[in-house]
Amino acid sequence: MAEVKYLEATRIYPGTDKPAVDRLSLTVEDGEFLVLVGPSGSGKSTALRMLAGLEACDEGSIWIGDRDVTLVQPKDRDVAMVFQSYALYPHMTVAQNIGFPLKQQKVPRAEREKQVLEAARILDLVEYLDRKPKQLSGGQRQRVAMGRAIVRQPQVFLMDEPLSNLDAKLRVQTRAELADLQARLGVTTVYVTHDQVEAMTMGHRVAILDYGVMQQVATPGELYRHPANLFVAGFIGSPAMNLIATTVEGGSVVFGTEHVELDPAVARAVADGGAADIKLGVRPQGLSLGTTGVPAKVVVVEELGSETFVFVELEHLGRTTRIRVRADADYHVSRGDQTHVRVLGPVHVFGADGSRLRNASEVEG
Amino acid sequence: MTLSAADRKLRGESRWGTFALGVITWLVAALFFFPVFWMVLNSFKTELDANTRPKLFFEPTLDRWQAVTESIQGVLTFDTAFFNSFLIVIISTLLVLVLAIPAAYALSIYPIKAWRDALFFFISTKFLPVVAAILPLWILAKELGLLNTHLVLIILYTAMNLPLAVWMLRSFFGEVPRELIEAAQMDGTGLYGQIKDVMLPIVAPGVAATALLCFIFAWNEFFLAVQLNPVEGSTVPVWVSTNVTTRGNFMAKLSAASTLAVLPVVIAGWIAQKRMIRGLSMGAIK
Repeated sequence: MAEVKYLEATRIYPGTDKPAVDRLSLTVEDGEFLVLVGPSGSGKSTALRMLAGLEACDEGSIWIGDRDVTLVQPKDRDVAMVFQSYALYPHMTVAQNIGFPLKQQKVPRAEREKQVLEAARILDLVEYLDRKPKQLSGGQRQRVAMGRAIVRQPQVFLMDEPLSNLDAKLRVQTRAELADLQARLGVTTVYVTHDQVEAMTMGHRVAILDYGVMQQVATPGELYRHPANLFVAGFIGSPAMNLIATTVEGGSVVFGTEHVELDPAVARAVADGGAADIKLGVRPQGLSLGTTGVPAKVVVVEELGSETFVFVELEHLGRTTRIRVRADADYHVSRGDQTHVRVLGPVHVFGADGSRLRNASEVEG
Repeated sequence: MTLSAADRKLRGESRWGTFALGVITWLVAALFFFPVFWMVLNSFKTELDANTRPKLFFEPTLDRWQAVTESIQGVLTFDTAFFNSFLIVIISTLLVLVLAIPAAYALSIYPIKAWRDALFFFISTKFLPVVAAILPLWILAKELGLLNTHLVLIILYTAMNLPLAVWMLRSFFGEVPRELIEAAQMDGTGLYGQIKDVMLPIVAPGVAATALLCFIFAWNEFFLAVQLNPVEGSTVPVWVSTNVTTRGNFMAKLSAASTLAVLPVVIAGWIAQKRMIRGLSMGAIK
């Protein structure tokens, strides 16, 4: 078990001039479950593969514990990896697959069998030990891949979208099992996913990447409440935050026919930076429908059972703008209805460079 | 599987179309097989029967088989030729595999920038007709004292089959998901272990197919054998040709010799058939 450090780590694929991972600096604490998340092409997998040693680190360095592993071969890094496709050896049985890393370490046969059985027991695979991978279901294959990783007790687990080949129900179940297993083993884990729900539910902390650049690293709650910029605000939270181009007039921000009072620190920042290209961010949960507020027309109704999301169109700065509002499950509207939108808050204001303007409590804190 | 009329309709097949296709297939197969059949048949005839008007019914005899396998002092005999052929072909095929497997692995897993050029270079060595290279080859073999040795044919057959083997194996290796090799690396496997424990067991059918083709090509090779090693150290194809004489009839004897010559290849092909088909079609089916 160890701490993992990226120091200005950069990967530029041969033949391209834009880095796939751009000066990534990140510390993963000993025993922490860190999730790397981002859309496809954000460099999250590349960052993981750099830590594995499967991609070179063109600039900067990578540390595992107090060892600089930047130029160390994958086999000597003492990290285990679970691949998206599981990458099970098709010609070996489950037992042979799980025992393969131990065989490479020249662990004696009896000891090996004991450890394989132990891993199989943890993962509920004992009755499948003699089967070949193709005779297993997707979920079982995933567990075999996990078994191959845990059996050798590495310093770090690397997981590259290990749940994306499972169906939705199994994914949710395995998600919880995986998080539980990691907590029990206490091994430092770096987990890559494109699914922000997976990131939020599993990670102790979540690092968000876009175009190879790290946008923010924080706890799930922090990311949700205080997104660093427009990208994080739009990426985290399901359904996504409403981001509306707007202007500021006299310390309050324009929202349709209403004005929303701004936090004094934010108002000051707007006054200093100019009111051009300001965006207002408010989650569907921060809005409500009713008889007062900005007049709006219902366009789409999404009933989820526990709650309802309503798309409405309203006149905002002379343009028809579409936003999403959360409503209670027993709130009934249908397409074409006239309604009103009220801002409950919290509201976020993003400056011209896309970063969020911090409010008074954050500035003081 | 039997198909109902509805199944056929759905697939756009008609009963008569399927029947006609079957007949044509059998006719074409018979056309290709007939010369082989005739050769085997001739080998059981007397020279008189074999050389007169084509006869389907005759009194079978093993006389010609006996004649062809007889040892005659000072002439390339049946057992020497077969011993030489097996020795040369098996050693050269093994050498090809030993050299081609690492080369193909490198080209498919850790390709250099100009891997296409490297592959083209390999195949380009087959562009030159052998006859154009025979004089320098002969002179080289003479200078090195290799004329009339097994070694000269082992070297040449290895060189002859190496490009083909690298090409074939590279495409088989290319079918193996890259992640399997990466997983092996993460599991602590070095280069040798990646090839031995992960790659080779998965592409075994491909390796079998490649080995069989190399075996067949080397077994059938005549030109180099007859030029560089025409006498005692020579191979089966050369031995077959020695049964052609200017005196008297030889058709039945030649047929017996030819049948014997193709037998090992047929047996090897038959044994490897299942694996080989899987190997050759590996790229087609995911």
